[in-house]
Amino acid sequence: MYPADYRYTKEHEWVKVTEGVGTIGITFHAQKELGDVVFVELPQPGTHFDASQTFGTVESVKAVSDLYCPVAGSVAEVNPALADNPALVNEDPHGKAWLIKLKLDDPKAADGLLTAAQYEEFVRESEETQA
Amino acid sequence: MATDTQTAPRQTALNAAHRTLKAKMVNFAGWDMPVEYSGIIPEHLAVRTAAGLFDVSHMGEIEIRGPQALDLVQQVACNNAAGLVVGQAQYSALLTEQGTFVDDIVVHKFSDTHYFICVNAANREKDFTHIQAQNRFKAKVNHTSDDYTQLALQGPRAASILQRLTPVDLSAIRTYRFAFGKVCDVRCLIARTGYTGEDGFELYLEPPASEKVWNALLEAGKEDGLIPVGLGARNTLRLESGYALYGHEIDDTTTVWEAKLGWICKLDKGEFTGRAALVAQKEAGVRRKLAGFEMRGRGIARDGYPVLVDGKEYGRVTSGSPAPYLKKNLGLAYIPVGASAVGTRIGIGIRGTTVEAELVPTPFYKRPK
Repeated sequence: MYPADYRYTKEHEWVKVTEGVGTIGITFHAQKELGDVVFVELPQPGTHFDASQTFGTVESVKAVSDLYCPVAGSVAEVNPALADNPALVNEDPHGKAWLIKLKLDDPKAADGLLTAAQYEEFVRESEETQA
Repeated sequence: MATDTQTAPRQTALNAAHRTLKAKMVNFAGWDMPVEYSGIIPEHLAVRTAAGLFDVSHMGEIEIRGPQALDLVQQVACNNAAGLVVGQAQYSALLTEQGTFVDDIVVHKFSDTHYFICVNAANREKDFTHIQAQNRFKAKVNHTSDDYTQLALQGPRAASILQRLTPVDLSAIRTYRFAFGKVCDVRCLIARTGYTGEDGFELYLEPPASEKVWNALLEAGKEDGLIPVGLGARNTLRLESGYALYGHEIDDTTTVWEAKLGWICKLDKGEFTGRAALVAQKEAGVRRKLAGFEMRGRGIARDGYPVLVDGKEYGRVTSGSPAPYLKKNLGLAYIPVGASAVGTRIGIGIRGTTVEAELVPTPFYKRPK
């Protein structure tokens, strides 16, 4: 379910780091909680974000959810496919629906985030508290 | 329907059924209610194109009985119930002395001495107290919310689905009329009413029979595309149809004139609570009016977002959402009368940025005849 080479946050974002560039998206669990995604708002390339800073929003019919930057860096690229097809976030949250690519301030910054196993455990615990 | 503590949300008789269907549950007005099953978009579209089944048992019921039942109804509700025939329902409202809304309601005439009123979940206790306080007619007022499960079967195929389960000739029940009869052998009040903008029925029945009727309806309508629908799509359906929601478009700060609900207020019917204030406001003229808008810029208006008229913040969006059938981002807001013409451009404040919207006619959606 959750790719082992990604890192995760408790705000339900994922980041995959390749050669100092972090690709960022929201997790399967996040899109499921949100429901059908109808709108994604992303920043301009070049914008710098600190870790935990809001870099955009993703909206379903009912809810608006802020996107938190898992690691600090400058936006190198935003996913052009999401403006016309926000539902991609529900269809392929860990793949085609990546949100932004970030040139990381510190290429090792993601090492301190949750591993796939830790994130899955976190999701399981939060679902149990809900039920 | 009993609850252990005041803080635990109340459950309808169909709570277990919703959980079996894996509904996403939320606390709505103190009730543990399904917000969506398969998703707000497919549920919304099913109601527009086929049919949807809603559990709306959180809605309240208040009954007024006695020789002077009509006198009390006429005192507390602003529409004219005197012309109703037995078997007829009427959209109306309870008002404060200031002419503002206590609640919007549907009055059903059971007989000359018995009126049955459907009220909003969040307002049931308040409405009951409000009606009782004005009962100088010795009418009998009962709060009977716990005696009823309320289901809504809505959509173009609602009538043909329901007909399979009842001997009652549904074609004889016109819009805003009702009849008593059995649905899969369970005695029901069958009303041709709803809150979606589609043809459909609202059924009132005794709670122990809820699962039987709920399951039978879902089964009977399966091949017609009937699916269960939650409160999420209930809200987008009513917004697309331009219907007011208490706590959003209407509350104790707004009047029927402002909310464009003048058609439910009959000043010529005689005295009723709030009448004097409404006469005065009509003579003075209203300053603001509820208007519908459609987003022109990129962004979705949401409840509570700032509304800018001529660049200045005027009020707040009362309801805003994507509209799944029309595929537009729509909203309702109070606009100064002088700036309320269709075609006027306004601004919606979305996370610190002003995004353009245009006033458009309401209802946004009207079902094909």
